[in-house]
Amino acid sequence: MRCRKCPKRAVLGLPRHNTAFCGGCLTEFVRSQVQRAIKAQQMFSPDDRVLVAVSGGKDSLTLWEILLKLGYRADALYVDLGIPGYSSRSKEKVEQFAKVVAEPCGSQLTIHTVEEDAGAGIKELANLIKRPTCSACGTIKRYQFNRVAWQNHYDVMATGHNLDDEAARLLGNVLQWQEEYLQKQSPTLPASIEGFAKKVKPLYRMTEREIAAYAVVNRIDYLVEECPMAKGAKMLVYKDALNRLEAESPGTKQRFYWGFLDRQEKSSSVAPSMTQIDQTTLQPCTVCSQPTTAGTCSFCRMMARAKTTVK
Amino acid sequence: MKVHLSHPTRDVVIQGPKRVADVFKELNLIPEAFLIIRGQDLLTEDETVADGDSIEIRPVISGG
Ligand code: SF4
Ligand SMILES: [Zn+2]
Ligand SMILES: [Zn+2]
Repeated sequence: MRCRKCPKRAVLGLPRHNTAFCGGCLTEFVRSQVQRAIKAQQMFSPDDRVLVAVSGGKDSLTLWEILLKLGYRADALYVDLGIPGYSSRSKEKVEQFAKVVAEPCGSQLTIHTVEEDAGAGIKELANLIKRPTCSACGTIKRYQFNRVAWQNHYDVMATGHNLDDEAARLLGNVLQWQEEYLQKQSPTLPASIEGFAKKVKPLYRMTEREIAAYAVVNRIDYLVEECPMAKGAKMLVYKDALNRLEAESPGTKQRFYWGFLDRQEKSSSVAPSMTQIDQTTLQPCTVCSQPTTAGTCSFCRMMARAKTTVK
Repeated sequence: MKVHLSHPTRDVVIQGPKRVADVFKELNLIPEAFLIIRGQDLLTEDETVADGDSIEIRPVISGG
């Protein structure tokens, strides 16, 4: 297979665009798609300070690299969950990337260690409060990213969610008719209220496969290994189903998710905006003052419960 | 050819030469969920892997 843009050998076919690219043209394509996403969804400008949530996996490290290559002011935050083996291996990848790629661009990495803060790693913490590990983990990561972004005056927080992630999540939400979650599936969520950072997903136009290919071509050394807690996750089933549809009919994933975004945009003049909903339903947490729908936010309730169980 | 797979990590040997698309078929994998890497190079589905080659089939789907 030849590259469709130059005479070189192709490294990746992109059936959804009916094309194929060599390494150099793929790199150019991916970066231009990310730039297009940033502009189209009004994510941030070159003056803004961006905080990238990194895990050591392909999506977040690739996102950090692309933002730096595009000239954005992107720092990163890594949350060390304290999962034996996996956490130290992922942290090593992140630190290595920071040293070799990010620091020479003047970008910095912040590390938050759950164990230092909560006295236990995520698994023990979840056991202690009898919640599934991934749900406790989600609460902690959301909380810490928002806290660091807000306290350090970042303009926006960016995550590595890609087209596969968003299409799978949309499929899950639609299958259960969880309409209240659909509002939150936009690639740009505003800083709706004091204490909440703006959140963006600049990779929402790229499939996981394209991102992984970009990472391989650009020698981004990421952790291929998955978090051991992710086994059997519902998301994997949805992603697999969507990939089977994609194989039969290329472009299914993007038609599904982008089509949803188009419809959402059209209906936004009628439905109350997320900002309006947030402003009427959220108030500062009585303990930490991050916005919450309850009196005390779920992170503070979790920490309080963990502490009483320890005693 | 030697094929390295992940999740869980394992190596299998299959008969070559074979086109990448046929390697996928033989292992019952969907191409959209993987990359094929030989050395440091990515291979497209129409390329042929020789019997003496070692390749990695790397999953690209994450659970988070
Ligand atoms: S799989 Fe679960 S525990 Fe592991 S990082 Fe993801 S949410 Fe956290
Ligand atoms: Zn090219
Ligand atoms: Zn709180």
